[in-house]
Amino acid sequence: MPRPRLRLDMLGYLLRRLVYVVPVAIGVSLICFLLVHIAPGDPLVAVMPIDATAEQEAEMRAAYGFDKPLPVQFGIWLGNAVTGDLGRSIATGRDVATEVTRAVGNTLLLAAAASVIGFPLGLMLGFLAGYLNNTVWDRGITAVAIGGVSTPNYWLGMVLVIIFSVSLGWLPSMGAGPGGSGEWTWDWAHIRHLVLPAVTLAVVPMGIVMRTTRALVADILDQDFVQALEAKGMTRLGILRHVARNAAPTALSVIGLQLGYLLGGSILIETVFNWPGSGYLLSVAILQRDLPTLQGTILVLAMFFVALNLIVDLLQSLIDPRISRA
Amino acid sequence: MTDTTQTAVLPAEAPAAPARGYWGGVWARLRRDPVTLVCGAVLGLLVLSALFAPYIGLHDPYQGSMVSRLKPIGTEGHILGTDELGRDMLARLIYGGRLTLFLGITPVVAAFVIGTTLGLIAGYVGGWANTVIMRTVDVFFAFPSVLLAIAISGALGAGIVNSLVSLTIVFIPPITRVAESVTASVRQLDYVDAARASGAGDFTIVRVHVLGNVMGPIFVYATSLTSVCMIIAAGLSFLGLGVKPPEPEWGLMLNTLRTAIYINPWVAALPGMMIFVTSLCLNLMSDGLRSAMNVRQ
Amino acid sequence: MSASEMGLPDKGGPRQPLVIARDLTCHFPVRAGAFGPKKVVRAVDGVSFSIAKGETLGVVGESGCGKSTTARLLIGLTPATGGKIIYDAQELGEELSLRDLRRGVQMVFQDSFASLNPRLTIEESIAFGPKVNGVDAAEARRIARDLLERIGLDPARFAGRYPHELSGGQRQRVNIGRALAMRPRLVILDEAVSALDKSVEAQVLNLLTDLRRDFDLTYMFISHDLNVVRYISDRLMVMYLGEVVEVGPAEALYERQAHPYTAALFSAMPSMDPYARTQVPPLAGDPPNPIDPPSGCRFHTRCPFAEDLCASKKPRAVTLGEGHQVACHMRDPASGHGKAAA
Repeated sequence: MPRPRLRLDMLGYLLRRLVYVVPVAIGVSLICFLLVHIAPGDPLVAVMPIDATAEQEAEMRAAYGFDKPLPVQFGIWLGNAVTGDLGRSIATGRDVATEVTRAVGNTLLLAAAASVIGFPLGLMLGFLAGYLNNTVWDRGITAVAIGGVSTPNYWLGMVLVIIFSVSLGWLPSMGAGPGGSGEWTWDWAHIRHLVLPAVTLAVVPMGIVMRTTRALVADILDQDFVQALEAKGMTRLGILRHVARNAAPTALSVIGLQLGYLLGGSILIETVFNWPGSGYLLSVAILQRDLPTLQGTILVLAMFFVALNLIVDLLQSLIDPRISRA
Repeated sequence: MTDTTQTAVLPAEAPAAPARGYWGGVWARLRRDPVTLVCGAVLGLLVLSALFAPYIGLHDPYQGSMVSRLKPIGTEGHILGTDELGRDMLARLIYGGRLTLFLGITPVVAAFVIGTTLGLIAGYVGGWANTVIMRTVDVFFAFPSVLLAIAISGALGAGIVNSLVSLTIVFIPPITRVAESVTASVRQLDYVDAARASGAGDFTIVRVHVLGNVMGPIFVYATSLTSVCMIIAAGLSFLGLGVKPPEPEWGLMLNTLRTAIYINPWVAALPGMMIFVTSLCLNLMSDGLRSAMNVRQ
Repeated sequence: MSASEMGLPDKGGPRQPLVIARDLTCHFPVRAGAFGPKKVVRAVDGVSFSIAKGETLGVVGESGCGKSTTARLLIGLTPATGGKIIYDAQELGEELSLRDLRRGVQMVFQDSFASLNPRLTIEESIAFGPKVNGVDAAEARRIARDLLERIGLDPARFAGRYPHELSGGQRQRVNIGRALAMRPRLVILDEAVSALDKSVEAQVLNLLTDLRRDFDLTYMFISHDLNVVRYISDRLMVMYLGEVVEVGPAEALYERQAHPYTAALFSAMPSMDPYARTQVPPLAGDPPNPIDPPSGCRFHTRCPFAEDLCASKKPRAVTLGEGHQVACHMRDPASGHGKAAA
C-alpha cells in the first residue's frame, strides 16, 4: 500500500464527502417518513393499536402532529428520530428504538460472520480466476461465481436446512441459541446456530466479489505496465503484489457495497432461520402491518448503509490517491 | 492507423467488412456462443410453457386433494409430487412461471423506460436538471435494493400491483445512473457537435444521434437486473408481501411449503430450484449479450 | 426547401471579408479545489481577425492556445463571453441568427471516428444536415451521393457502409462531405488531417484544395503542423495563450517572423536541409496556465528577449507590411524596449 499522506486537496475531499452525507441522510429520512403516508388509509390508523381508545387516539394524533401540514409532521418526526424516539410498536406496544437496537445487533453479528466467510473466499478465488485467465480453473471458478450471484438466498437457506438439519441432523435450523434464547454468547451451542445462516448469507456477496475481482485482475494483467514489469525481470510474486495493489481500491469499494447488501439480504435469511435480527423483526412487522416498527427498522438499517458507504469512500480515498483529485 | 487508399478512387481491397448493420454483427457473434444459446432455449421453453400452460394437459393448479397431500417426486400421476394442499407440483411450477417471470421482467421494463428517460435528461441537459435528478437518485441508492423493495411493499401492503410499483421504484435509480453516465459521454462526442453545427434541434439530436448509441449499454445493464428483480420479487412473495394465495408463484410456493421440509424436503425445494435455474439462465444470457454487443462495464 | 436554397446568398460583395471577429473572448469559470475560489480560464481573450472570401487562413500555436476554442466560437458550438462575429456584413445576434450562421459555416474535427455516428451509414450521416434543414429525404440522399462521388468514394460501394468499415482517411473524407452537404461558404478544419498517415494526409489535402476551387470555399485551417499549413494557407495567424501574437501573409511569415514566439515555432520545424542551422533558441517548457496568464506580454515568461517592460505593459499590435501585424514591444518603435527598432 502506498503510505497515506494527508494533503490539502485530500482534506478538501474528506470535508466535501462529509458534508455531502447530510442531504442524503435527510433524503433517506424523508423516504422513511413517507412510508407511513403511502400506506393505504389514514396514517393515524396505520400507527395506532387496533384496540386504541378515543383518548389514546387523540393522544397519538397530537404526538405525531397528524393534524398539522406534512412538512411540520416531518420536522416533528425527524426531531423525535434524532433523539432516539422511533414511536411504539402497534403489535407489542414496546418502544421501537429498543427493539430495533437489539435486533440490529443480532443482524450485525450475522453480517459480520458472513463477511468473514464470504469476502476472503471471494477475493482469493476471484484473484485466482483472474490470474489463471481462460483456463479450466478460471471457467470453474467463474461458474461458481455466476451460480452464487443467481441463487435466491432464501431458497439456499432452505436447501442447507434440508441437508444439514433435516437429513444429517448436524446443525440446528432455527433461532440464535439453544431453547430460543435471545442472549448471544460465544460458546459452541450458540455458534452452531450461526453457521447455516452465515454461510447462506455469504454466498451471493461472495459471488459478486469473485466476479468483480476476477474481471479486475484480468484487466490489470492485460495492461502495459505488467508487461514492462515482466520485461524488467520481476518475479511472479512481485508482479502479483503490483496487481493486488492496483486492484485493492476497487475491490474495497465492492466489498463495502456488499457489506451493505448483507444488511438487506439478511432480511430474508433471518426469516428462513428465525434469526432474531432486524430482518426477522421486519418480517413480523410486515405480517402484523406494524408500520412504526417497519419504519424504524428501515430507517436504522438505511442509516447504517449510509455510514458504511461513507467509511468505504473515505478509506478508498486514503489508499487511492487519484480519487481526491477528481 | 493505416490507410490503404492510394488514389482518389478506391481499390476494392479497402478494409471492407460486408455491409451489415450493428445488430447483424451482434447476432453473428451470439450464434457462436453455445452457453448463451442453451440459456436462451431454456428461458424460451419456460416462457412458452408458462404462456401455453392451459393447453399442454396439466392438472388444475388450484385443485387440491386432501388425500394426496405432499406426495414425493415420482408419484404416479404427479411426476413432481404434490404440495401441502395436494395440488400437482408440475402444474403449479409451470403456472407459477407466469407470475414470477411477469414480476421479474415488468418492473425492469418499466424502470428501463423511466430510468432511460431520466438519465437522458440528466445527461443531455446537464445543469440543474442533472443536479435534481442525480441527487434524488443518490438518496435512493442509500438503501440496499432488497431493503427498499421491502420497505415500499411493506408500507403499501401485499398485492401484485404493489409489488410491481415497489420493484419499479427500486430499479429506476440504477438504470438512471447508467443512462446518465452513458449519455454524458456520448453527448461530448464530435458527431453530436457536428449535428448541432448543422442546425439540428436538441430533440432531433437525441432521437437520431444519442438514443441509438446509449440504448445498447443501458439495455445490457437492464437485462442484468432481470434476475435480481425476479429473485427480489419472489422474495417479496416469500415474505407474504407479493402475490396472495392461492395463486401459484414460485416465491409464495416456497413460503407455503416451508413447513413441509421435514416431510417431503425435495418437493419443498422445487420452486426455489425454478427461481435459481431461471435466474442463472438470465445472468448467463446477459453476460453473453454483453460480450456480443461489446459493452464494457 | 430545395438544396440550392440551403447555403446563404452573398450579401456584402467580393470586398467584404467573409468573417470578421472582433475582440472575441471566451472565459470559463472553474472552481479550483473543493472550497477554492472560483477562477476564470481565459481560453480566448480578445481575439480579432478577418477572413477574406476565398482565402485560407491558417491558425497555428501550441496545444491549449485557444485555436480550437476560437473555431468553436465561430460556429457557435461554444458561446462567446464577449466580442462580435460579423459574417458577410451581418452581425451574429443582430441581423444573423445562430441557425443562419450554421448554414454558412461548417467544421471538420480531428477525430474522424468520433465525428461520425457509428449507428448511421455514411450516406445517412451526410444526408442528416440537409434533412434537418428541410430538404426532403430523396433530395438529401441525392446530395449525399453526389458528395460521396466528389470526395472520391464510389456511392454504389460506400453509401451503405458504417464508419467502422472505413479507414481513417476515408472517414475523414466523409466528414468533409458531411460539412459540404450544408453548402457552407466557410469550412473550419480543426486539425482535420493531423491524425492521418502522411501519404493519406497528402491526398486529403489535395482533395481540400480541389474542393475549395470547385465549391468556392473559404477555409480556416487549424493545425500544429507548419509544413501542412504552409501548403494550404494564404495567410497565417499565430496564437499564444488565447491571444493573437502575429498575423500576416503566409509566405512573408515563412520568410521572416516578427514575433519571437513565431520565430521559435518555425525554428522547431524540421527542415529538409541538413546543413541548415537554426539561429533561434528553442522554446523551453510548457505554456503557462491560462487561468492566471502572465502579466503584460503573455510570452514574456519564455521569451529570450524579455525586459521588465514586457512583464508590465501589454504590447499593442503594430503593422509591419501589407496585412502583416505583430504584437511585440520589440517591433514597436514607441515601446521603449531595448531592441525596439527606432
